[in-house]
Amino acid sequence: MWFPDHAYLIPLIAAASFVLILFFGKRMPKKGAEIGITALSICFVMALATNVQWFSHVNSAEHEAEVAQEEGEAAEALVSSESTGSATEPIEFEVEPSRASWTWWQSGDVTFSVGMLLDGPGVMMLFVVTLISLLVHIYSTDYIGGDRRYTHYFAFLSLFSASMLGLVMSETTLQLLTCWELVGLCSFALIGHWWEEKPNSDAALKAFITNRVGDVGLICGVIILFFAADQSFDIVTINEMALNGEISHLALLVASCSLMAAVMSKSGQFVLHTWLPDAMAGPTPVSALIHAATMVVAGVFMVARLYGVFFQGFSIGTSSVNPLVVIGAITVIGGASLAFVQKDIKKVLAYSTVSQLGYMVMALGVGAWTAALFHLFTHAMFKAGLFLGAGSVAHSVHSFDMTEHMGGMRKFMPKTFVTFLICTAALIGLFPLAGFWSKDEVLSGAQQLGGEGGYLVFMVVGLVGAFLTALYMTRCIYLTFFGEPKGHAADAEHPPHESGRRILVPLYILSGMAIITGFANLPNSGVLSGSPDGASLRFEHFYEPKGSYFPSVLETFDHPEFNVLIALGSTIIGLLGISLAYAWYWKGRGPHGLTSRNKFAKAGYTVLVEKYYLDHLYTGIIVGAVKGPIARGAYWFNQKGIDGVVNSAGVAAVKSGKFVYERIDQGVVDTIVNASGSAAGGSGQRLRRIQTGRVQQYAALLFAGAAILAGIFIIVI
Amino acid sequence: MDNNEFLTEWGLTLMVFLPLAGALLLMVIPKAQEQMIKVAALGAALASGAVGVAVLANFNYDSSEKLQFVVNRNWIEAIHANYIVGIDGLSVPLIALTLLITPLVMVYSWNHFPQPHNPQAFLILMLVLATGMLGTFVAQDLILFFVFFEVVLLPMYFMIGVWGGEQRQYASIKFFLYTLFGSALMIVSFLALFFVAGGDSFSMVDLAQGVADRNAAGNLAMITQVLIFGGMFMGFGIKVPMFPFHTWLPDAHTQAPTAGSVILAAVLLKLGTYGFIRVALFILPEAAVKWAPYIGALAVIGIIYGALGCLAQTDMKRLIAFSSVAHMGFVMLGIASLTTFGLNAAVFGMVAHGLITGMLFFLAGSVKDRFHTLEIKRLGGLLLQAPKLGWILGFCIMASLGLPGLAGFWGEFPAILSAYNPAPALSQELFRTYMVIAAFGTVLAAGYLLWLFQRTAFGTPSEEFADVEIEDVRVSEWIAWVPLLALILVLGVFPNIIFHVTDPFLTVMGNTFAGLK
Repeated sequence: MWFPDHAYLIPLIAAASFVLILFFGKRMPKKGAEIGITALSICFVMALATNVQWFSHVNSAEHEAEVAQEEGEAAEALVSSESTGSATEPIEFEVEPSRASWTWWQSGDVTFSVGMLLDGPGVMMLFVVTLISLLVHIYSTDYIGGDRRYTHYFAFLSLFSASMLGLVMSETTLQLLTCWELVGLCSFALIGHWWEEKPNSDAALKAFITNRVGDVGLICGVIILFFAADQSFDIVTINEMALNGEISHLALLVASCSLMAAVMSKSGQFVLHTWLPDAMAGPTPVSALIHAATMVVAGVFMVARLYGVFFQGFSIGTSSVNPLVVIGAITVIGGASLAFVQKDIKKVLAYSTVSQLGYMVMALGVGAWTAALFHLFTHAMFKAGLFLGAGSVAHSVHSFDMTEHMGGMRKFMPKTFVTFLICTAALIGLFPLAGFWSKDEVLSGAQQLGGEGGYLVFMVVGLVGAFLTALYMTRCIYLTFFGEPKGHAADAEHPPHESGRRILVPLYILSGMAIITGFANLPNSGVLSGSPDGASLRFEHFYEPKGSYFPSVLETFDHPEFNVLIALGSTIIGLLGISLAYAWYWKGRGPHGLTSRNKFAKAGYTVLVEKYYLDHLYTGIIVGAVKGPIARGAYWFNQKGIDGVVNSAGVAAVKSGKFVYERIDQGVVDTIVNASGSAAGGSGQRLRRIQTGRVQQYAALLFAGAAILAGIFIIVI
Repeated sequence: MDNNEFLTEWGLTLMVFLPLAGALLLMVIPKAQEQMIKVAALGAALASGAVGVAVLANFNYDSSEKLQFVVNRNWIEAIHANYIVGIDGLSVPLIALTLLITPLVMVYSWNHFPQPHNPQAFLILMLVLATGMLGTFVAQDLILFFVFFEVVLLPMYFMIGVWGGEQRQYASIKFFLYTLFGSALMIVSFLALFFVAGGDSFSMVDLAQGVADRNAAGNLAMITQVLIFGGMFMGFGIKVPMFPFHTWLPDAHTQAPTAGSVILAAVLLKLGTYGFIRVALFILPEAAVKWAPYIGALAVIGIIYGALGCLAQTDMKRLIAFSSVAHMGFVMLGIASLTTFGLNAAVFGMVAHGLITGMLFFLAGSVKDRFHTLEIKRLGGLLLQAPKLGWILGFCIMASLGLPGLAGFWGEFPAILSAYNPAPALSQELFRTYMVIAAFGTVLAAGYLLWLFQRTAFGTPSEEFADVEIEDVRVSEWIAWVPLLALILVLGVFPNIIFHVTDPFLTVMGNTFAGLK
């Protein structure tokens, strides 16, 4: 297994690309883009090879287990003729992750390593990150061609790829935290790519600082787990100890809750999601790569990585409600409802991302680990496709505003339109596209897993979310591609035109993935139980960790089965949403203008437009207060309070000095000196010395004080 | 072998006093020979550095918990003060930092001596400073330590008072008196300690042994130890500076010339934190346990309070100065946890803060040089006018806010980590509260630093400077900065460079505290 064992080279190649672009990029003929594309191509090929070798590794592990079991059965058969009857049960087997480890630092007897833990989820993410990053690189050469900071842009893309790849194969939580912050840095730099305009740099700051709030949770969670696991950051160790019950439930619960904060900020969960829509200020390819497909799923990935901790901490297998699932559910609905009132096509997609991330978190909350990761996988493909498609449109009309500068774009950009349509259908979850399979698995998980009563409520939430998704995406399609061209789109002199190949090819590939990736985890249960073994549940087979560090060792962990009713139901609900939106926009049916007639409808609309007033709360009230009155108050206290004491101590010292000088020195001592008759010149000189040499005077006084104190001190002792 | 013997006997002494010899040499060079003065000063600093490098190269890193290169000579017999110098894993990183910073500051100032110019006097002061700083880090005798600790004061006083900004008089007097006040209490403690521990030696090791013996015998009152620690706390705490004794710092920093600010931030503040570990914790471990909760409280107050102070600033340099209060809060929190983790974090934090904040003051100096103002309102668009300068500022700001992969992180994160599980004698609940507060401090740090970056570097230049030609990074600046920038990155990626040096000594210390109930 050369490739999985040396997969750590992949992020190193990307990191090297960053350094090379930084120092030599500007001197290259293509301004550094070629370095990035070459590096990412190598990374992608290596990721593919890693995947292939990983598959055979998993299969051979399974095969060995089979052989061992048969041998065991044969041996048992010799002892007793009883049949174990396990022939129909799936074989239990373990898959060794690929690991590599080096000492990073030490403190006391504890040594901290940096290294690689590469197993199913990591291998999967390798593929996703390198593929989309490569496509985004290619797309960007056209999209931001001639940009004022072209080289710098590619440098940060490389750094981002390196950090993200490092994140998905982190061996320790500390390493995870490091990469976590580094991807945040890249996000900051790329959101603020056009920092000349203040809104862009504002958005960048907001993203970084909001994520820092979540990082407080991450730092605390990592520290709690470190001490709970007998001073270890090792992810496998922590998970194993959590699953074996070697860590108290309380510690796990507190750690999980802390880590939740990090998930909320990084993965855009309510109520820390507000930075994500603003992050659309960055270039569109960045939105596709970082703020849809990869970085924002880091939170989901982190939960999946530490699933032993969350599974035990939140008692996921036996409860019917927990923070993960609640936050996820709120986010599903909250994000979708906000997507509905956006005018900016990227904001629609951003809120849609928020909502879909909610599905993933919810899936993890109900215990459907594979469903969550599978949805992450398919979502990365079609959401990246949607963003790049939106970029393609915007590239041509120079605006993201659907209501002002778009409309009727399908005539000008038929190829972009088709790919956008495919990805939309995948997002809505229409059979047989990718989103159908993954969303269905999430919903089945909510229906079937959990303890008493299960997570049924959340299945309903998921269905409502599916309905809303259909609504807002159909609206988005209508405003962009149908109706009459408006604004720039209607500019007769410069009519919009289809984008070039470097933009279209990534779109083709991603929409192709949106069609096929759903079959990666074809169910093998319910009405589909006849699926051949070698073609069904491949995603689960290859990418779900199999070993003592994953909750599958627990009895409460399970996989949902395919439920044809849910599949049908969600499809019908999706179609219903589409038809409703169709009737509203294309046919003009329904109570149009309701928001201006009915005050309740208007109030609801305003709440949505104002994004539930969360930005007012954060930017206006909290940040405003800290930056304004609180900081100023603290500083006032510093200057008037503390420094006041210091200064008055100084003044008091000078005054008492004067007193001593004028009354005692001049009054008493000098009388004697005067009496001796040699005063005139001497006292003048002394006066000057004291005025110019205040320091000595202070010093003398202080030492006098110190001497007195010392005296008291010695007496006390 | 002769070479080595010479080094063992004379290495540290030469390293410490070569700058002083250089200062004497400078006095006899005619004032007009500016070039010669500069070369001689730099030569003295580099010579001291070369000896230092030789010493550090021959240092036995496998037993860095032991004092090495020890020299013990009679000095002032009347008061039992000896000339004892020696280094171990705790002093090595700080000596290296000092040896690095001094020549870099000289190079930076090369053609830009602040008004009223006079490089001769300026460089003499800087060399005296170097002797004082290095001496403090090698001294193993309390009186010797105190002398070096105080030697630092005067050159800095003159540097601020003569070459400083508009309010230099106020700032320099405040700096001098405030630190002197602390020193006065500290010397009282030293004297008391001398008598308590048997009254026949000022050697730190002997004093620690004396205190430990009396503690073992149970005939040393806790209140005595706590009071002695209190005196040291004032001396070192003011130097650090800890809330609420920090108010000299923003004034001193803001008024000091760039070179002074850099040395002040990079090395001088570390004398306080170093003193805490080397003297206070080492000699009086039991009293340290009693003081730790209060030190921890002041440290986290400092973290939050310093950050709030930063948010209220309108002047770039003053903002950076205030950020020191917050950063040193992390160092002190690490120390207060009394664990190996925390102490390691503290020493790393000292070096990291020295590099990063030193760099930030360099940058502030260069901005002032170009725009003749540091008022944040008037700046903006630095990235457009001087892109390299702007990106270096961005890099340092990221390092300062504790981005993993850069040096600042390793001072911050392990300090927070250590507070979760402090020494067994300390209250876990209390320190966990500190941990959460400190963790929130990182949010505020990101806030004030990025806000500073946004207002100075992002956007477009203000009208006032729109048409002014701004020079990007100069050669002398590159020479002075590249080593610091490289170290910030290298230490961030390979933190063990420092941890493996400091760890053995601090493990011994951490185990002492782990044994106390």
